[in-house]
Amino acid sequence: MTAGRRWALLAAAAVLIGAAGGMVRSSYVLGMLIFIALNGMAALGLSLVMGFAGQVSLGQAAFYAIGAYVSGVLTASYGWNGWLSMAAAVLAGAVSAFLVGLPVFRLSGLLLAMATLGFGIIVYYVLVNWSAVTGGPSGLTGIPPLAVGGFRFDTDARMLWLAWGCLLAVLGLAGNVVDSRIGRALRALHGSPAAAEAAGIATTRLKLGVFAAAGATTALAGALYAHYLTFINPSPFGFAFSVELVVMVVLGGTASLWGGVLGAAIVVLLAEGIRALLPLLSASHAGAEYEIVVFGLVLMTFMILLPGGLAGLARRSA
Amino acid sequence: MTAADQLAQYLASGLVVGGVYALIGLGFVIVYSVTRVINFAQGEFVMLGALLMVTFEARGLGAGAAFALTIVCAAALGALLERAAVHPIANAPGLTILIVTIGASIALRGAALVVWGTDPFALPAFSAGPPFHLLGATIVRQGIWVLGVAAAVFAGLWFFFTRTYPGTAVRGCAINARAARLMGIPVERMWLLAFALSGALGAVAGAVIAPITYATYDMGLMLGLKGFVAAVLGGLVSPPGAIAGGFLLGVLESLSAGYLSSGYKDAVAFVVLIVIGLVQAAGWLPWRVAEEGEA
Repeated sequence: MTAGRRWALLAAAAVLIGAAGGMVRSSYVLGMLIFIALNGMAALGLSLVMGFAGQVSLGQAAFYAIGAYVSGVLTASYGWNGWLSMAAAVLAGAVSAFLVGLPVFRLSGLLLAMATLGFGIIVYYVLVNWSAVTGGPSGLTGIPPLAVGGFRFDTDARMLWLAWGCLLAVLGLAGNVVDSRIGRALRALHGSPAAAEAAGIATTRLKLGVFAAAGATTALAGALYAHYLTFINPSPFGFAFSVELVVMVVLGGTASLWGGVLGAAIVVLLAEGIRALLPLLSASHAGAEYEIVVFGLVLMTFMILLPGGLAGLARRSA
Repeated sequence: MTAADQLAQYLASGLVVGGVYALIGLGFVIVYSVTRVINFAQGEFVMLGALLMVTFEARGLGAGAAFALTIVCAAALGALLERAAVHPIANAPGLTILIVTIGASIALRGAALVVWGTDPFALPAFSAGPPFHLLGATIVRQGIWVLGVAAAVFAGLWFFFTRTYPGTAVRGCAINARAARLMGIPVERMWLLAFALSGALGAVAGAVIAPITYATYDMGLMLGLKGFVAAVLGGLVSPPGAIAGGFLLGVLESLSAGYLSSGYKDAVAFVVLIVIGLVQAAGWLPWRVAEEGEA
C-alpha cells in the first residue's frame, strides 16, 4: 500500500469514527466498537510478531494485563496523572516483552511460544495472589477516567474517539515503520531469515524489537481498557484471552497491518452475532453454552477453508 | 506429623498427580512425534474421560466396563478429530494446525458445558477401603489405582512400540516419515492411530484422576497444559522423557504447594516451562526440545 493510500484510509477511518461517536447513541454498539479498537491494537502488535518474526506468542494477555494494572494501580492507589501512568504502562509492556524475548529469540521454533505461554499464566497468578497491590481476585476499583484539562473521557462516545484515535495513530506509526529501512529489513526477515542475516541484518535484535513494540501496543490497549471500565480484575486477562488474540490475528491474516483490526472486529462481532442469533434458532436452549461450541466450530471451519485469513483472501483475489 | 512424614506425604501426592501428567504428556509426545502437530485439544480428552466415566457409571455400568467404554469413545473422538480437522490441512503450516486444534478444544469444552453443565461431578473410587500408609505417607486407594493404571499403560505402550509391527511402523513415521512411506508404511493411517492413541491416553488420565479431583467441563485446559509441560520437560519426542517429566512436575508442584505457597501451585509448571526455555537458549540443556521442522 502506498503512503498516500494509507493516509487516505486512516483519514477515512478517523472521519467515520468521529461521525459514529457523534451519531450512535446505543452504548451497546459504542462499547463493541471500543473493544474492537482495544483488541485491534493488541492484535496488531501480535500480527507483527507472527507475520514478520514468524513466531507466535501465547501470552499476549499478560502485556494487556501489565498495561491495565500498571496504569490502574499508579492512578488509583498512587494518584498519578493518567497520561503519565499510561506512558509508564506502555514502557512496562515494552520492557517486560524485551526481557521475556531476550533469552529465547536466539533460537527459533517453539521456545517463544512456550516462554510466553508460561509468562502469561504466571502473570495471571501474580495478579490473583498479590492482593496487597492488585486487589487480588476481587480486583481494583476507582481507576479515574483519562482527562485533558476539564474534558474527561468518561462517556462511551468520547472513549470511542480516544480508543480509535490511539489505534489509528499506532496504525499510522506502524505503516511508517514498515515503509522505512526497518520495514525493508523486516520484509527481508519474513522472506528468508538466513538471507536477511547474510545481508547484514541483525535478525535477533530486529525480532526482539518487534516483540517489544508488540508488548508496548498491547499494554497501551490494556491501559485504555482500565481507564475505560475504571475497574479491573484478573479474570479477563487469562490464557483464554491470549488464545483469542492469536485467533484474531489468524482470522484477519498477517498480510496487512489492518489484518489484526479486521480479526478483532470479526471476533467481537462473531461473539455478539452468535449471542443474538442463537435464541432464534433454538427456542428452548437459548443458553450461552452454545456460543462456545459455535465459536469453536466456526474457528475450525474458517481455518480449514481459509488458512491465510481474510486479508490473505483479499490478497489472493487482488 | 514429623518433617520426614510430611516430606513423604508431599512426595506421595506429587507422584500420584505426576502419573496423570505423564499419561497426558505421552499423548502429546505420540501425536507430535508422528505428525509434528501440538494437539491443543489433548486436555479436553482428559475432561471427556472423566465426565464419560461419570455418565457411564451413573447409567449402571460397572467401573471396568465404564472405563473400557470411555476409552473406546475417546479414541474414536481422537480419530474423528484427525479425520475431520487435521487431515484436510495436513500440509498447512504448524501454526494453522495448532489454531485448528485450539478451535477443537474450545468446541469440545463448549459441548461438555452443554451436556454436563457447570456442576462438578464426584466419581467413586475404583475400589472402596481405607487409605494405605507407607513410610509415613497416607495414600488414598485411588492413588494406588492411578499409579497402577499408569504403570500398566506405560508397559503396554512399551510393548506396542517395540515388540509389535504396527508400533514399529508408528516409530518409523516418527523418525522419518518419507522413508517410512517409501518402505510401504501407510503414513496417513499412522496419523489416525497417533490421534486415537492420544485420545485414549487422555481419557485414561481423566478417568483415573476423577475420583480424586472431581470432574468438571473446564478441567481439561489446565491438565492439558501441564501434560504439555511434562512432555516438553522430557524433550517432546521421547515417551520415557514425558513419563519422567510428568512425575518430576507432579513432585515439584506438590513440594512447592507444601513448602512455599499453595496459591502459586498452578504456576509452578509454567515457571518450569520458562526455565527449560532459558536453559535451552543458553545451550545448557543436556537434551534437546524438538523444534518445528526437525526431522
